[in-house]
Amino acid sequence: MTAPVTAASLGLLGCHVCGQLSRGAAHSHDACCPRCGAPLHSRKPDSIARTWALLIAAMILYIPANLLPMMYTSSLFGSQADTIMSGVVYFWTSGSWYLALIIFFASILVPLLKMAVLLFLLVSVQMRSHWQPVQRARLYRLVEVIGRWSMLDVYVVAMIVSLVQLKALATILPGPGAMAFGAVVVLTIFAAMAFDPRLIWDPLEEERG
Amino acid sequence: MAGSQLIACHECDLMQREVPLPRGGVAFCGRCGAELYRSHPDSFERTLAFTVAAIFLFAIANAFPIVGVKLQGQVIQTTLFDTVRTLYSEDMKSVAVLVFVTAMLMPAIKLFALTYLYLPLRLGRAAPHFALVFRMLRAVHPWSMVEVFLLGILVSVIKLENLASVVPGIALWSFGALMLLMAALAAVFDPRGLWTRMEATR
Ligand SMILES: [Zn+2]
Ligand SMILES: [Zn+2]
Repeated sequence: MTAPVTAASLGLLGCHVCGQLSRGAAHSHDACCPRCGAPLHSRKPDSIARTWALLIAAMILYIPANLLPMMYTSSLFGSQADTIMSGVVYFWTSGSWYLALIIFFASILVPLLKMAVLLFLLVSVQMRSHWQPVQRARLYRLVEVIGRWSMLDVYVVAMIVSLVQLKALATILPGPGAMAFGAVVVLTIFAAMAFDPRLIWDPLEEERG
Repeated sequence: MAGSQLIACHECDLMQREVPLPRGGVAFCGRCGAELYRSHPDSFERTLAFTVAAIFLFAIANAFPIVGVKLQGQVIQTTLFDTVRTLYSEDMKSVAVLVFVTAMLMPAIKLFALTYLYLPLRLGRAAPHFALVFRMLRAVHPWSMVEVFLLGILVSVIKLENLASVVPGIALWSFGALMLLMAALAAVFDPRGLWTRMEATR
């Protein structure tokens, strides 16, 4: 097998947006794709720093997202505040175990998994790790695919709040947890976008010189 | 091999030679396994057809109530935009904006951009600002979440069943069909073929 050749090592830039290859200096900041006009970078600029910043912000907000109520319900029978976990428990005990699993997966597991994977990718890239690059590339793709499903609980709160407006029977109001949770989802999507998967492969090139 | 084009993997930057694919074939990167390109039978025509169908469904999904709830003889119905407006007035502006952007605005921009790019090309010419609209289409992509929204509707319907009887509206079925069409669109959309066709008009 011949040594792999990257576009960057040939002084070529692949466009992030349309895939067109073009010649350009790797460190110039004003290059544009000749075909679609998108800004060209050999690697996403400040990828690691931006991913860290977005990831840390998401991790901090994950705490209030889980502790603060997503929804306040008050009816003739009393009032209650629902967090994500209490919603899962409610479905589990009321017999809808499949719904409990869906919400647990989308709202608790997926964000945690996504943040853990991004953390692991960042640390391994910064240590210039050579460990299992194919598996790490797969993890990155997995995170991009499943990340959007965490938006589920935001939509559930939105629908329920707008449907139950008959104040006489019950009042359901969105809680601050919904806001924090929405922010976590958005921040992790931005963090995954900021990360440049090509950084996983760069240490392997430098080895060969 | 002289005639075949060189391409760089978008995920690991490896240079590879393009090889001709059989119908429906997919090319993966030899190093990281990312999907490089695929050969879609009739990608262009199908993308356009799915887009037109999706626009109709999207219009219905937004114009009609998604679900109604029967409470004490009264029926409360809600459209997608009602939902956004209620959240906004309940002082949850950020959640309202999030729902509006991911379930309404981004899918709308996506469908608009696809029509704008494909329809004039079908008639043999490229639309003005083709490249700009193409970049917009790519930027919008991660934020259009019709499929997640549909699951959200279903979960909230089941949740409300305990409180009141829930009547599914026309928009619910439209959202279901729209989700399938969006998935079909993602499967047939071929940016490389689009650019090849665009460059052929010059
Ligand atoms: Zn480009
Ligand atoms: Zn690759």
